Amino acid sequence: MAPPRSFLWSRRVFLTLLAAFVLTPVYVMVSSSLKPLADVTGRFRWLPSRLTIRPYIDIWSTVPLAKYFVNSLIVAGAATVCSVVVAVFAAYAVSRHEFRGKRVFTVTVLSTQMLPGILFLLPLFLIYVGIGNTTGIALFGSRGGLILTYLTFSLPFSIWMLIGYFDSVPRDLDEAALVDGCGPLGALFRIVVPAAVPGIVAVAVYAFMTAWGEVLFASVMTNDTTRTLAVGLQGYSTLNDVYWNQIMAASLVVSVPVVAGFLLLQRYLVAGLTAGAVK
Amino acid sequence: MTTTALKEPVRETSPGAARAPRRRAGRIRRLSLPYLLLLPALLLELLVHLVPMAIGIVMSFKELTQFYIRDWSTAPWSGLDNYRVSVDFDAPVGKALLQSFGVTVGFTLLSVGLCWLIGTAAAVFMQDAFRGRGLLRALFLVPYALPVYAAVITWVFMFQHDNGLVNHVLHDQLHLTGEPSFWLIGDNSFYALLTVSVWKGWPFAFLIVTAGLQNIPRELYEAAALDGAGTWQQIRRITLPSLRAVNQVLVLVLFLWTFNDFNTPYVLFGKAAPEAADLISVHIYQSSFVTWNFGTGSAMSVLLLLFLLVVTGGYLLLTSRGRRTADA
Repeated sequence: MAPPRSFLWSRRVFLTLLAAFVLTPVYVMVSSSLKPLADVTGRFRWLPSRLTIRPYIDIWSTVPLAKYFVNSLIVAGAATVCSVVVAVFAAYAVSRHEFRGKRVFTVTVLSTQMLPGILFLLPLFLIYVGIGNTTGIALFGSRGGLILTYLTFSLPFSIWMLIGYFDSVPRDLDEAALVDGCGPLGALFRIVVPAAVPGIVAVAVYAFMTAWGEVLFASVMTNDTTRTLAVGLQGYSTLNDVYWNQIMAASLVVSVPVVAGFLLLQRYLVAGLTAGAVK
Repeated sequence: MTTTALKEPVRETSPGAARAPRRRAGRIRRLSLPYLLLLPALLLELLVHLVPMAIGIVMSFKELTQFYIRDWSTAPWSGLDNYRVSVDFDAPVGKALLQSFGVTVGFTLLSVGLCWLIGTAAAVFMQDAFRGRGLLRALFLVPYALPVYAAVITWVFMFQHDNGLVNHVLHDQLHLTGEPSFWLIGDNSFYALLTVSVWKGWPFAFLIVTAGLQNIPRELYEAAALDGAGTWQQIRRITLPSLRAVNQVLVLVLFLWTFNDFNTPYVLFGKAAPEAADLISVHIYQSSFVTWNFGTGSAMSVLLLLFLLVVTGGYLLLTSRGRRTADA
């Protein structure tokens, strides 16, 4: 039965308005990144007076964007690898074994995931400063220290999402492997991990995305040499000028990798994100 | 567990005495395996969550100002002073905290409500296939995928007083306002924050509700159609009620994320947000890192933690009881 006209019209109007709302900032980002400076400092204009790729060249010299890029890549990459590897073992234990304290563990993981970063920021900051003063190990301001703080959010959700994915791999498969003489770790790496590869990739992409966009820890725990993109983009506003066209160009450049990754893998990501909610 | 461990060697003595220790070793290995697998996660959880939280609680009882930053453990005890200052609503610090808490609650309720409404409407409208649905779906996910600072900084540009799109449209093109408004300072900042938050947040609701819709059996709709229910009636009678369980989780997650959000207001307003949009995370950050009073900041953090535990616990209790009575 075809939907009534009232439904079709409401759908058209609603989705058009929503698309405009969603896409306006994207349009502003793209179009402003191709405008000469005079266009973005004066009254707003929908269309550039002329198109220029100058901002895309200048962004690399106005601030050391390449350095921030590398820092973000290292920090987000290391936090992702670390949390996914650790989470694979933990999620396997929770998904396939009964043990004392299992409930306490899962509840702890779930609840730390719900707490704001600001709760951990203050103590971690003071711990890092303290360690630096007593042992000389500079965690504060270092990439290693920042990676550790990123585990506060990437580890719990990696564990949580991977438990869901591992639960969806039929138990018979790895039980059969155990019967055939595989050790538990053999069963994990030969059966469970390969079967859950899409899930593991999705968790990794999601962890990377979150770390790539993190602002709070990055703005406190970094210095000139370890600054990430989240903090570095603020460098385009100086006392005299705000280079809006360059800010927009840089925003676009730092967004393309994660948006592309997200859209490519969205099917798996969505499955993981929603598994917990829908079950 | 202890009794079986004691019994086993006795049973094994006579026939397979040599095999017993080996089997016991295997048993111990099997029992300790989950803990070995968990060990790295446990250590890291301890390191990044539990120890900092414990230290945070200790810090909240200390007079921790900039003089003690180098070694926080030497800061003098101050008992409940930090808490007293935080909740003394007649004095400036407590008053500002109460104001920030009120703003955060109001903002969170509005933002979650709007995200849920828009996300659900979009998901329901896109439940049936139509031309261009795939493309639209991908576009709708873009705000969710963009890094926060890149997306929010674009909004900052759009909200600029002199060269922003918002004033250009509202003032220059539609002539709705007499004067171009300020969006990032003053009372308007609340609406600016709300707009950005909804823009970023609704795709998550859309994703979760879309997944929930896929679990509704088609036969329900077919049966309803046979009974003569139209599209709107099917949505009201089948689609929305079926989403109940999904919504319970969705609303809780949206609430916690929005309530705890730091990134959006921080990029939108900088270190000190305008009073009308002073969310609790930024407020605590500002109280600690800008005015260098870590003791008070910690006390505020502990109060926030307690609030979140009570709200989450209460919500879970309520929804699970609701579900139990619904099942019975």
